[in-house]
Amino acid sequence: MWDPYKTKNSLKSIVIHAFLTAVALTCLFPLLWMIRSALMSNETIFADQSLIPAEFKISNFYYAWTEGNFGGYFLNSVIYTTSVVLGIVVVASLAAYAFSRLEFPGKNFFFYLFFGAMLIPLPGSFVPLYVLMNKLGLVNTRIGYILCMINVGLSVSIILLKVFFDKMPPDLENVARIDGCSKIGVWWHVALPLARPAIAVVVIYNSLNVWNEYILATLLLNDKSLMPLQRGLMVFQGTHSVDYPLLMAGLTITAAPIILVYLLMQKHIIKGLSEGAVVGETAFLKSH
Amino acid sequence: MHTLKIKRFSWPAFKDHFGNFIFIVPALAIFSVFYIYPFFEIFNLSLYEWNGITPYREFIGFANFGELMQDKVWWASIWHAAFITLIALTFQNALAFALALACDRQIRMKKFYRVIFFIPPILSEIVVGLVWQWLLYAGMQDGQHIGLFNYFLNKIGLPHLVHNWLSDPQTALTCIAVVHSWKGFGWGFLLLLAGLQTIDQQLYEAAKVDGAGPWNVLVHITIPMLLPVIVVVMILTILGSMQVFVLILSMVGQGLVYHTEVPVTRILSSMTRTNQFGYACAQGVVFGMILVAASYVLRQISNRMKQE
Repeated sequence: MWDPYKTKNSLKSIVIHAFLTAVALTCLFPLLWMIRSALMSNETIFADQSLIPAEFKISNFYYAWTEGNFGGYFLNSVIYTTSVVLGIVVVASLAAYAFSRLEFPGKNFFFYLFFGAMLIPLPGSFVPLYVLMNKLGLVNTRIGYILCMINVGLSVSIILLKVFFDKMPPDLENVARIDGCSKIGVWWHVALPLARPAIAVVVIYNSLNVWNEYILATLLLNDKSLMPLQRGLMVFQGTHSVDYPLLMAGLTITAAPIILVYLLMQKHIIKGLSEGAVVGETAFLKSH
Repeated sequence: MHTLKIKRFSWPAFKDHFGNFIFIVPALAIFSVFYIYPFFEIFNLSLYEWNGITPYREFIGFANFGELMQDKVWWASIWHAAFITLIALTFQNALAFALALACDRQIRMKKFYRVIFFIPPILSEIVVGLVWQWLLYAGMQDGQHIGLFNYFLNKIGLPHLVHNWLSDPQTALTCIAVVHSWKGFGWGFLLLLAGLQTIDQQLYEAAKVDGAGPWNVLVHITIPMLLPVIVVVMILTILGSMQVFVLILSMVGQGLVYHTEVPVTRILSSMTRTNQFGYACAQGVVFGMILVAASYVLRQISNRMKQE
């Protein structure tokens, strides 16, 4: 490949690497500092500023998990993330399949309804949503939070899957139909397995969204036993404002699964997140 | 001769369409209850004075909007969000662009950099905010600075710069904007790098033959070819930065302070602190309209540029 900006010059190459490395270090350092602070005791954290602590107090993680209740928060985050993502995959792929393959009156109208929702930013929609959930008696329930979060990821997921189905040749589905498979059977046995790459994008994009969600968890869940990690962190910080080692252990517990999964499958995750983030904008710009 | 087509009702066709419609019913049901209803309800509630608890609410027309026009804290909060957005648009996106340019070549460890730069974007705002709050911590013990940043400033002989970064009105908002940029630049980097790699190498070859220098290549080939991606990155940056608030809650705490208020924290405190649900909805409506207008203008500009 010819290099448009000429890197033959070794000095220039060093400068470029120095720049990239410096930025990479700024990305990593706060996380290293977090882990390091999680391993210190309440006395040493206020006195010692070395990067590697003199002694590793791994028991902090145990106390954060048990007394800090991060074990419970963690379990809740896992429950919410899996059930919301599962719900989105089923509900969104059913709808996307219909929008792509099947005929019914008002098809375009309903599609643009979902599409429009992605383009209109609605800050403060949590106010009427909270009022509604209160009316329905769904505040402080797992199912209430799960349904709200399914809705949050629905539009983007439907568009992502519909775009994929549109590009997918329908031959296999037609064969299955001729063989007497029902429409729902075709969706489940033929279309869904073929759409695996798009489903992976939907799963990745939404898992991260749910794991990192804060505001609805705050408004809808007041009971400690129902709270996910992000909410639990703020509660912990509010009540134990000075216990930095345990807070840092809690932060590490929250961030570690995300970072580990990311490092293991970064290629898919980068693809999944960038496709999810730009689907609205690119679809809009292309449509003009 | 034209034949007039009259759609006769046929039972099999109806059954068929109805069966197809069933596929979108679950999505439509969830969407109607949790998106469409609140969407209309926010306009409706904005016309009432209501504390959110009692069954009675008083219809007051557009009084909430009138009050909002006079609300100095509200307009200051919009200015604060605009400031954060401005930093994100310039500092964050310039950094992302520079990094993307640096990586758009045969360079060692390119994959490594790409993986690392995308770590901050996958972290939650709560995690990022609390970690940075700890780094910027202003407390002291036994004459020693506890927060790493102040400790470091003291150590390298700049003790006059040491101060309470997150409660000083002079620096709090800038710190938030910088941390927000730290969290976000990976997005721009990723999208811009992907865009750079789609540029036809032949264009660069031709420019080389014509004897164009690096600066000319950048201004006359790279940037124009990258324009659609740049516009997407800008729209995402603006919509994302104007609505930032969880980061602020986790950095300066839940007891909100005037100089770090942004519109969404204002909406939140109208709702949860002063129990003015109608007023909170009016704020949401006004802010939503500002965002829609901003992104409409941007899209118009980008369409105009594409036609030229």
